[in-house]
Amino acid sequence: MFENILIWFVVIPVIMMIGLGLCRNSGMKAIRAVMVVGSTALLALSVVLCCDFLRLRGMGVDDEMLFTGSWLWYAPLNIHLAVGVDGISVLMLLLSSVIVFAGTFASWKINPLPKNFFLWYCLLSTGVYGFFISIDIFTMFMFYEVALIPMYLLIGVWGTGRKEYSAMKLTLMLMGGSAFLMLGLLGIYWHSAPEGGVPTWNILEIAHNSAIDPSWQNLLFCCTFVGFGVLGAMFPFHTWSPDGHACAPTAVSMLHAGVLMKLGGYGCFRIAIYLLPAAANELAWIFIILTGISIVYGAFSACVQTDLKYINAYSSVSHCGMVLFAILMLNTTAMTGAILQMLSHGLMTALFFALIGMIYGRTHTRDIRQMGGLMKIMPYLGVCYMIAGFASLGLPGLSGFVAEMTIFFGSFQNSDLFHRVFVITATCSIVITAVYILRVVGKLLLGPVQDKHHLELTDATWFERLATVTLIVCIAGIGCFPNWINETIQHSFVPIINAIQGAI
Amino acid sequence: MDFIQSTDYSQFVSMLPELIVLGIFVIVLLADLFAGDTKKSFLTPMTAVLFLLGTVAIWIVPASGESIFGGMYVNDTMTNAVKAILNIGAFIVILQSAKWVDREDVVIRKAEFFELMLVTLFGMYLMVSARHFLLFIIGLETASLPLAAMVAFEKRHYESHEAAIKYILTAVFSSAILMVGLSFVYAFSTGSLYFDDLARVIQSGEMSGLLIAAIAFVIAGIGFKLSLVPFHLWTADVYQGAPTAVTSYLSVVSKGAAAVTFFVIFTTCFGGVYSDCWEWMMYAVIIATITIGNLFAIRQKNMKRFMAFSSISQAGYIMLGAMAADGRGLASMIFYIFVYIVSNLGAFAVISTIESSTGKLSMDDYNGLHKTNPWLSFTMTLAMFSLAGIPPFAGFFSKILIFTSVTGTGSMALYMLVLIALINTIISLYYYLLVVKAIWISPEEPKIGAFRSDNWSRLALWICVAGIVFFGIVPFIYQYCVDSVSASAGMLGLLN
Repeated sequence: MFENILIWFVVIPVIMMIGLGLCRNSGMKAIRAVMVVGSTALLALSVVLCCDFLRLRGMGVDDEMLFTGSWLWYAPLNIHLAVGVDGISVLMLLLSSVIVFAGTFASWKINPLPKNFFLWYCLLSTGVYGFFISIDIFTMFMFYEVALIPMYLLIGVWGTGRKEYSAMKLTLMLMGGSAFLMLGLLGIYWHSAPEGGVPTWNILEIAHNSAIDPSWQNLLFCCTFVGFGVLGAMFPFHTWSPDGHACAPTAVSMLHAGVLMKLGGYGCFRIAIYLLPAAANELAWIFIILTGISIVYGAFSACVQTDLKYINAYSSVSHCGMVLFAILMLNTTAMTGAILQMLSHGLMTALFFALIGMIYGRTHTRDIRQMGGLMKIMPYLGVCYMIAGFASLGLPGLSGFVAEMTIFFGSFQNSDLFHRVFVITATCSIVITAVYILRVVGKLLLGPVQDKHHLELTDATWFERLATVTLIVCIAGIGCFPNWINETIQHSFVPIINAIQGAI
Repeated sequence: MDFIQSTDYSQFVSMLPELIVLGIFVIVLLADLFAGDTKKSFLTPMTAVLFLLGTVAIWIVPASGESIFGGMYVNDTMTNAVKAILNIGAFIVILQSAKWVDREDVVIRKAEFFELMLVTLFGMYLMVSARHFLLFIIGLETASLPLAAMVAFEKRHYESHEAAIKYILTAVFSSAILMVGLSFVYAFSTGSLYFDDLARVIQSGEMSGLLIAAIAFVIAGIGFKLSLVPFHLWTADVYQGAPTAVTSYLSVVSKGAAAVTFFVIFTTCFGGVYSDCWEWMMYAVIIATITIGNLFAIRQKNMKRFMAFSSISQAGYIMLGAMAADGRGLASMIFYIFVYIVSNLGAFAVISTIESSTGKLSMDDYNGLHKTNPWLSFTMTLAMFSLAGIPPFAGFFSKILIFTSVTGTGSMALYMLVLIALINTIISLYYYLLVVKAIWISPEEPKIGAFRSDNWSRLALWICVAGIVFFGIVPFIYQYCVDSVSASAGMLGLLN
């Protein structure tokens, strides 16, 4: 079992948890050592996986999933621990590793109970990694829920502001989504086999059988898409996101907005669309409307907020709406854009939240009306904030541009009036994004200094620089060399597009 | 089946689990008699060790698979598995009650507590193994009446007496209702109380008002034991008034036995009229049980009342297994009971440790507990997560497996039932998180000082934590349930 490289993505965080368990609560050095070693190992592992994956693809191996492995778990119900990755999952694993790595440094001085914080943080990462490596929908769902519950304590104990309310709201809404999701998955399982066959949880087998009756597909599609859509902050189920992100501690906001919300998009793509293609064709319009609203509504809401974290949380609603919107366009180009957007949004939101955490740690306010001229006081953080902002509004050369352009090109391929109207509306969000980004940059970084005490503040420390540089390098990397990503993921769309075409 | 011809006393050998419990009972009784008033300290370890040995014996000695006394009683792998699982629950209860029974005013009656518990366990064994309604009633009464004495064990607390009176009255009342139901059954099956005879009559016969009334009365009678809504009104008061060890015993062991018995009766006797009759009754009862249990639990501040309502809603989830009405459902139900035993007893072990050391029982007293008692806080958090069905803890697996079994029947109505149950898990998550919030998040200064719990409770806590963490991840416990059910499926008349 352990010869499979993918298993280690779950094993390493578990080892980290055991290591943390052995540390004393006050032994900050030991705790940091465990976290740094573990998250570096994870980052290295994902880079190795990525290179290996590209090497195999370069050799012409064109299986749908590589590095597959399957171990029987609950025999009576045919539950396996099945793993495997395609280009998309590889990139998602890479993204998670980068953010877990950066998050470790962003929470360098976490207080109180550092040991417990990192324990829950590792449990959260276990869930995220497990979700991306699973190709068995039972274990996928299990890891999905593993990733949700630590949020309650992470926000509740280490958060700021109305943390108890936000933590409870976030947990209950996401768990509510997963209730629908579970129903959908049970339906998929019991209908997965052709008449007389043994039902299976394995995604590849289900897709291969394509035995799910169209009358069931519609119900199951709604359940699974709504279930994952809640985590993807789809309107009207997005209300957990602003409160949750605003109250969470820095590293948790980073991980949650950066990776956890991608679980929603990835799940919609891998389960709802891929396994239920007939319903996807038939019902995509409902969710195009909802995600279209998300995009525009999120952007407008961000324009009027004054709390930095709320601005970014609403901007996440808008950008994650874009991911789901692109997936629902059901063509290769738009889906490529969706994956690029997931990566791009993951990195830049993580950067945003890291920077906000650093600024808040110094000024003790997140209200943009009480801050100004920070560029003079902390030039390093100011420049980073600008880069994140430009990535967000789609400046060429950074990741946001590549992602949004691909999405809109792809979406325009659907030539009917309904799609056109919504695509054009969604495109408008680019302008609104520019409005709120430039507004923040103008208020926060430029202009006169609002508070004399701010003049005494210091710029970033070494661990903060390390966290931000890691993220900026990745953002610029995607922006300058998007072809590399394209090559990694292009194989992954073939089976999905075939399934969708076959179901029309 | 002729009873007279089959009275052969060698048949008693097949009742090995009952004989073991009876043996331990006699040993404890005699030891108590000869120990005198002062030297009672050996009683707890002796009972615990004997009990553990007995459990292991039940587990490893293969079931005879015979039905004896003309089919009144069966001893097969399924009943053995259930008995062993109930034993583990009772064992943990013995451990967590060890400190309480050594209290000044209780210690003199210490052995009585264990004896009463063994007798109720004996009754539950009979219930699980009974394939004849008379034996079932004997088991039920043997299990109920001593429980009332256990509830009244706190001699000097009037709540304890009040609870005992409430318990005995409802128990007797529910038995009366059950008897009425059984008399209808007797009439319907034209003079036989064997499960098999009844099953044959029902399969060939028509539906009739008599049968519907009989089934409704039987549901009501067993529903009281299981505290299903609307037969749950005694639960909160009794759970609150009873000594904590008894409350935990009531909430898991006695419920588990009743649930399995319910399943056996309804699939073997009334299996023929599943979809015509009792599916819809149980459908409504389960929805009401889960929902009302959850909604009432939200407002509770006393931890024992809180656990009472939580256990009402958990009983609803257990009964979901009966809706599947096949071997898969029974296996998932037994697994659920097992996981529920460790999760719930984990929570009760914390509650009783805190109560016996500081006397505090309110949820507000738990505020900031993690500052003074990190390990108890940790255990409580795990237990709450497991009860709420959060992975990777065992409760998640038991819930999902039971949902999977229920939806496996393919009926749309049952999918909706599962959806309602799933949405209810969100409500339950809310109130379980309230406890977690009090422990970890509440900014108040802790009201409970640091204390060292006794070794017995520690052992109980460790067993529960191990169960919560590992029962889900290791698959062989569920496999064991499935195997034991499928090995005895022929006896239950189940198809798969």
